[in-house]
Amino acid sequence: MGGSAVTKQMLRRASLIGPALLFIGVFMLIPIGLMAYVSFLERGEYGGVVWHAYTGEAYSNFLFERDLDGSLLLNTDYLQIFSRSLGLATVTWGLTLLLGFPTALYMALQPERLRNLLIFLVTIPFWTNLLVRNYAWILLLRNNGLIDGTLSHLGVTNEPISLLYTPFAIGVGLMYSFLPFMVLPIYASLEKVDLRLVEAAFDLGANHLKALVRVIIPLARPGIMAGSILVLIPCLGAYVTPELLGGSKSMMIGNLIQTQFGAARNWPFGAALAFVLLAMVLITMMIYTMRSKRGPEPAS
Amino acid sequence: MSRLSRNPLMRFPGMAPVAGFAFAFLYMPIFVLIALSFNENRIATIWSGFSTHWYGVVLGNDDILHAAQNSIVVAVVAALTGTLLATIAALGMARGRFRGQTGATAVLVLPLIVPEIVTAVATLLFFVLIGFKLGLLTVMVAHTVFCIPFAYLPIRARLDGMDPALAEAAADLYANEWQAFRRVTLPLLWPGILSGGLLSFIISLDDFVLTYFVAGAGATTLPVYIFGMIRIGVTPEVNAVSALMLAVSILVVSLSWLIGRTQR
Amino acid sequence: MRRIIVIFAAIMTASLWLGAAGAQGKELYIYNWSNYLPPDTIKRFEEQTGIKVTLDVYDSNETMLAKLQAGATGYDIVVPSGYMVRTMIKQGMAEKIDVSELANFKNVMKPHDAPPFDSKSEYSAPYMWGTTGITYDSARVPGGKLDDTWKEFFEPQEALKGQVVALNDQVEVWNAAAYYLGLDKCTESAEDGQKILALLEKQKPMLAMYQSSGTIDRMVAGEVIAHHQWNGASHRVRAKLPTARYVYPKEGISLWGDHFVVPKGAPNVENAKIFINWMMDPKNIAEASNFTGYMNAISGSDKYLDDSLKSDPAVNMPAEYAARLRPTKDCSKSSRELRDKVWTRLKK
Repeated sequence: MGGSAVTKQMLRRASLIGPALLFIGVFMLIPIGLMAYVSFLERGEYGGVVWHAYTGEAYSNFLFERDLDGSLLLNTDYLQIFSRSLGLATVTWGLTLLLGFPTALYMALQPERLRNLLIFLVTIPFWTNLLVRNYAWILLLRNNGLIDGTLSHLGVTNEPISLLYTPFAIGVGLMYSFLPFMVLPIYASLEKVDLRLVEAAFDLGANHLKALVRVIIPLARPGIMAGSILVLIPCLGAYVTPELLGGSKSMMIGNLIQTQFGAARNWPFGAALAFVLLAMVLITMMIYTMRSKRGPEPAS
Repeated sequence: MSRLSRNPLMRFPGMAPVAGFAFAFLYMPIFVLIALSFNENRIATIWSGFSTHWYGVVLGNDDILHAAQNSIVVAVVAALTGTLLATIAALGMARGRFRGQTGATAVLVLPLIVPEIVTAVATLLFFVLIGFKLGLLTVMVAHTVFCIPFAYLPIRARLDGMDPALAEAAADLYANEWQAFRRVTLPLLWPGILSGGLLSFIISLDDFVLTYFVAGAGATTLPVYIFGMIRIGVTPEVNAVSALMLAVSILVVSLSWLIGRTQR
Repeated sequence: MRRIIVIFAAIMTASLWLGAAGAQGKELYIYNWSNYLPPDTIKRFEEQTGIKVTLDVYDSNETMLAKLQAGATGYDIVVPSGYMVRTMIKQGMAEKIDVSELANFKNVMKPHDAPPFDSKSEYSAPYMWGTTGITYDSARVPGGKLDDTWKEFFEPQEALKGQVVALNDQVEVWNAAAYYLGLDKCTESAEDGQKILALLEKQKPMLAMYQSSGTIDRMVAGEVIAHHQWNGASHRVRAKLPTARYVYPKEGISLWGDHFVVPKGAPNVENAKIFINWMMDPKNIAEASNFTGYMNAISGSDKYLDDSLKSDPAVNMPAEYAARLRPTKDCSKSSRELRDKVWTRLKK
């Protein structure tokens, strides 16, 4: 292998990854860099920022607030909001995984023409608008709504049950919104699973459960990882569904940051919050990547 | 593959009911939504009779139709471009380890992680800075950026664990790599590409915050239009336009299915 | 399959360019709240002047301000509320159009012709004005009447517990609390903030929810009994629910006004002035009032107003309540910070 062959490979790799990186680099990294700069500026009197006045206040405001005498006190409000969003995102992730994995497996086992159709079927509901779908859920979940009405009609419940404006409603709404993002990546990963491996497992005496756990799930792992990222991370920033279905009595990270660019007009703080979130996610991803590098390597 | 999946052992018990429940779950609100589009009363919670009045309103409302058209155009362009960029990036990333791989992955996934409002204001500031005139094009560019990770992750998941020997064998059999790609890799990747493309499409179709900030005057998309209505109250007009979008999507799917059949 | 996609994409791109190229001629880009300008009125304007109007919508003053502050241009008219106008003028974001010199300016009623933030009417023209109070269904309230005090909202009676909705708007809720407690709504004092927080926290479990959207439908459908609401929305509720009543609380009620402003760098300033002048004509503004349910500031418009508007005290405010009106103000940075902190703590 001569040096030029290696360089040729590097060039080819660069030309493949390059366009995407360039696009994101120009239209994402630079703007985000601008925002990072903004996060260190002083907020303007009427909103916006003062372009040459620097301060780290936005970041310290995340954890601390100034007492009447000017000393710093620990302020856990923002941490609580972050952890609530994290909890909600985790629950949503778990639910979409539980429901999504069997669905993806079922789809992968269908004959080919049906498989492509099923992929489209999974996404067709999402050609409608998010707001309209949430309103449909409100109708389904409210007191004397469609679900409540059916249950009492069937005699299962005596009194109207309050499903709406509860954490349950938020969970249902979020799980609904993110289900395709878990199903499709797992499906894409599962569909190529060599069923001969599974057959081999059966021949060796494994039952369905063992075949599932020992063979199929590990082979579907890339899909599960992709789906998890596509669900967990956007869910952290979700705020429309929680607001509509949860009654807006608690704030999520998304609302919090949104308000900083809205009623609060505190751009630096909004930017700082976003970077704190970004840092948390990136660090978690890095830790995960490093740990999985040290573990047994899947065939790749 | 199909011979094996007809093997009764492959019918994992419990998968079908769960999948059935999942599809029912996905479509239940859709049926409610469609039913409501025929509600004579403008208030969703009071049914006062069957009427196609709202469809008439939608078809006569130029603003909402224009917004819907903008949404579809943006979503198609952004999803296609994003999926294309993501596919070649995934191919480039999958060829073994190299320095800067983690960094490249972080950049590719970055649009997912940054909260949308921040991306929105940042992108607007940037566009203003470089003098990029706001319009529908700015929306398309901004959407393409976040479509990339949504397409990239499923394609990458598909590539991971794919037998590299297959691609190599194809390269041995054919004269050049492009043919190997078209005849072997692409069909193998197709479920990943389709998944990624569809996911980017639906995420673009629904986007509100980013679009709101970077759209030029007259470049409203459907979500921005609808969100603007929520203060006063959303009428079944919105249900009607959503039902029409559904009809369009079913049309597209049926068309591609029919085309697929004639090609076999 | 791929060829189809390529052809499809090509058609799409081509139609896009064609669409973009078509826009020439006399134009006006209006950026407004949704459902705030009657479509028929716009059509009439287009017919009379030959200027083509494109309407874009926003859902809150603040997001509109954020977008303009970030540098967005392309809009000829925006419709901010009074306190936002002051901010725009101070930040040099408003174009000086000398509204006072337009032909129809003579129709503007006092005191709207010399608002505190634009005393010479150089930048803004009044559009609609209104108040934010409480709407309730008198048929479902014990005694058929709520007292005109914020107490009914912050400390609801037994029958109303869990049946009251507050606007999900930190400014409106904070202002109402300040009025009720007799505090300055632009206070910067942490102590005042604490008092307001305590009141809001006590109220929170008794609220059904915080929600600014779909307020009209929620009241008409009878999902709740009382709603923190704008008076125009209250009027629309009453049109469908005749037993609805509007409360002007004695401790104070926010008075706000929406104004036409031309953002700096607007592409069609002259057309914008034509439109603003046109909207100061009594007949045209009355059409807008009838459509939105809010009062306007043009004298001579009342002969064109719907009777339902004139007879609804929510819109046509009885003179004895004038002392309760509290014009909205744009508070200082530290006040806004205090308010945001209290709101976050309330919802954490």
